[in-house]
Amino acid sequence: MNFFEVLRFAVRGLTANKLRSALTTLGITIGVAAVILLVAVGNGASAAIAASIQGLGTNVVNVSPARGGGQGASARPLTVQDAHALVDPVGAPDVKAASPVVNTTATATYGQTSYDISTVAGTEPAYFATTNRDLAQGQLFTSEDVTAARKVVVLGPTTAESIFGSSTDAVGKNVLLNSIQFTVVGVLQAKGSTGLQNADDVAIAPISAVQNSLAGYGSLSQIAVQATSADSVSLAQSEITAILNARHGIRLGGTADYQIQNSEQLLATRTSATETFTVLLAAVAAISLLVGGIGVTNIMLVTVTERIREIGIRKAIGAPRAAILGQFLAEATMLSLFGGLLGVAIGLIGSEFTISGIKPVVVPSSILLAFAVSALIGLFFGSFPANRAAKLRPIDALRHE
Amino acid sequence: MNPVIAVSGLRKTYGAGETAVHALRGVELTVWPGEYVAIMGASGSGKSTLLNMLGCLDIPTSGQYLLDGFGVGKLNERQLALLRNRKIGFIFQSFNLVPRTSALSNVELPLVYSGLKRSERRRRSLAALEMVGLSDRAKHLPSELSGGQIQRVAVARALVTGPAMLLADEPTGNLDRHSTEDVLGVFDRLNRLGRTIVVITHEDEVAAHAHRVVRVDDGLIVSDEVTRAVGAVS
Repeated sequence: MNFFEVLRFAVRGLTANKLRSALTTLGITIGVAAVILLVAVGNGASAAIAASIQGLGTNVVNVSPARGGGQGASARPLTVQDAHALVDPVGAPDVKAASPVVNTTATATYGQTSYDISTVAGTEPAYFATTNRDLAQGQLFTSEDVTAARKVVVLGPTTAESIFGSSTDAVGKNVLLNSIQFTVVGVLQAKGSTGLQNADDVAIAPISAVQNSLAGYGSLSQIAVQATSADSVSLAQSEITAILNARHGIRLGGTADYQIQNSEQLLATRTSATETFTVLLAAVAAISLLVGGIGVTNIMLVTVTERIREIGIRKAIGAPRAAILGQFLAEATMLSLFGGLLGVAIGLIGSEFTISGIKPVVVPSSILLAFAVSALIGLFFGSFPANRAAKLRPIDALRHE
Repeated sequence: MNPVIAVSGLRKTYGAGETAVHALRGVELTVWPGEYVAIMGASGSGKSTLLNMLGCLDIPTSGQYLLDGFGVGKLNERQLALLRNRKIGFIFQSFNLVPRTSALSNVELPLVYSGLKRSERRRRSLAALEMVGLSDRAKHLPSELSGGQIQRVAVARALVTGPAMLLADEPTGNLDRHSTEDVLGVFDRLNRLGRTIVVITHEDEVAAHAHRVVRVDDGLIVSDEVTRAVGAVS
């Protein structure tokens, strides 16, 4: 009685009831595929966010209003003046540029086409350099446009295509943003989705124009600060802190009404959010794998009950307990291993597709884990029915009708 | 020469105390190699229990059982399985072939459990099928065979390990007259070739083929007569 014979018996047992075996396998397949795919989606989202933040540049510092408003009523909004005060060769030698940004949304209308732009940013020309945005066609708006509050706009590639179609040249066209006419002066190069928001679906206009026609004169959404180099980011951060504390009247030890994040911190915040998301997805997938495993137990119990007589015959003609145990364990393990293999294949194929805007990135360890778990499921969930079969007494089993 | 079966003072009691059932109450039986023994008895006489004892499917409460010289009483489950595999060829009333498995594979089954190589298994299984006259049905599934053919496959399976005895439990109970003749003919032939056969039956027709008839009643052997000399043809 060797291992190969045990496998042969197991294969014969499984192929005797193909539909049932296939359906049981399906449970494991779905579980394993779900684990691989969902972890890949979560990982893909993190990767996209990391890439987009890396794309911002490592020397970017982001200043935004503190959540909850800092010191209650005394909290001051971030203003354009705050932003300009940060560019100070004496007080802040490590700050190269600082651009005030107001973010809003708007509906763009051109002819019959209407399109909701997810981000309309009002800012100053330095913003483009700070955030590494390059032009595909046309030109950027200038400081003069900002001073004159000219209604000109630079569109992201996705936005331009959505409004004007892929064949039409957007530059020079007039588009209505919430019924206010803007002239398109340039189109940006594609940068890609960040996973949570599409960096290519933007419209960037002079801050003055956005404030007086779309967003109003409230607090800035952020100040995008460019440090002189990646190494001077922390120096720039403390300089910014000093300047803003002075301007906002925040005493030492007080709670600031703004927050400063460099790209690394931004990355950490964003990735911790997607990690939670990934863990949730993996948990859901793990549950489906568990359900698949219970399916294996269930079917193996049915199989054992159905084949009690066969077990009796085998025992009567001299099958030792270990051989019966091995046969049914092998059946369960083969079911789940086969399901696991199929699940790995489906997971890998599925992760080739973009899922809700996220390009899944397969984590090799998740494949290994899901596959190993599926093998263990066979052993673990199969051992109960197999043990039950092995413990049957031959006379009882033979008498069973 | 060792007797194939040497049973003395064999008792089997199910349950205990007031409700105890004494299925066997001190059976003495010796079967020598080459014998063809029919064990007869009404239902409830204890013959099924005796079969379970002789077949090493169950262990006696007390008494001694030597199977081909091996004491059965002290063996554990694993050793019993081994003994069943090597020493006994079972033939059941309800055939008990493994379903959806070819005749040849069914015959091979005991050899698989005794760990024989594939080619050797095949050779011996084909020889056993040949002996029961079914070599042309080797690839057929049980569902494609008649009752008599199925039982002959079962006989081949019992033969294939070269056991000390064939132990048949009502082997013709589920067969029509023609198939019964078939199977009993195979038994006769095997016995002439020197096989020891023990048949449990309640049919006189089956017992008529044996050399010796043992009657069991109420857990005891009540008669044991040699009806024909060993080797004589009925």
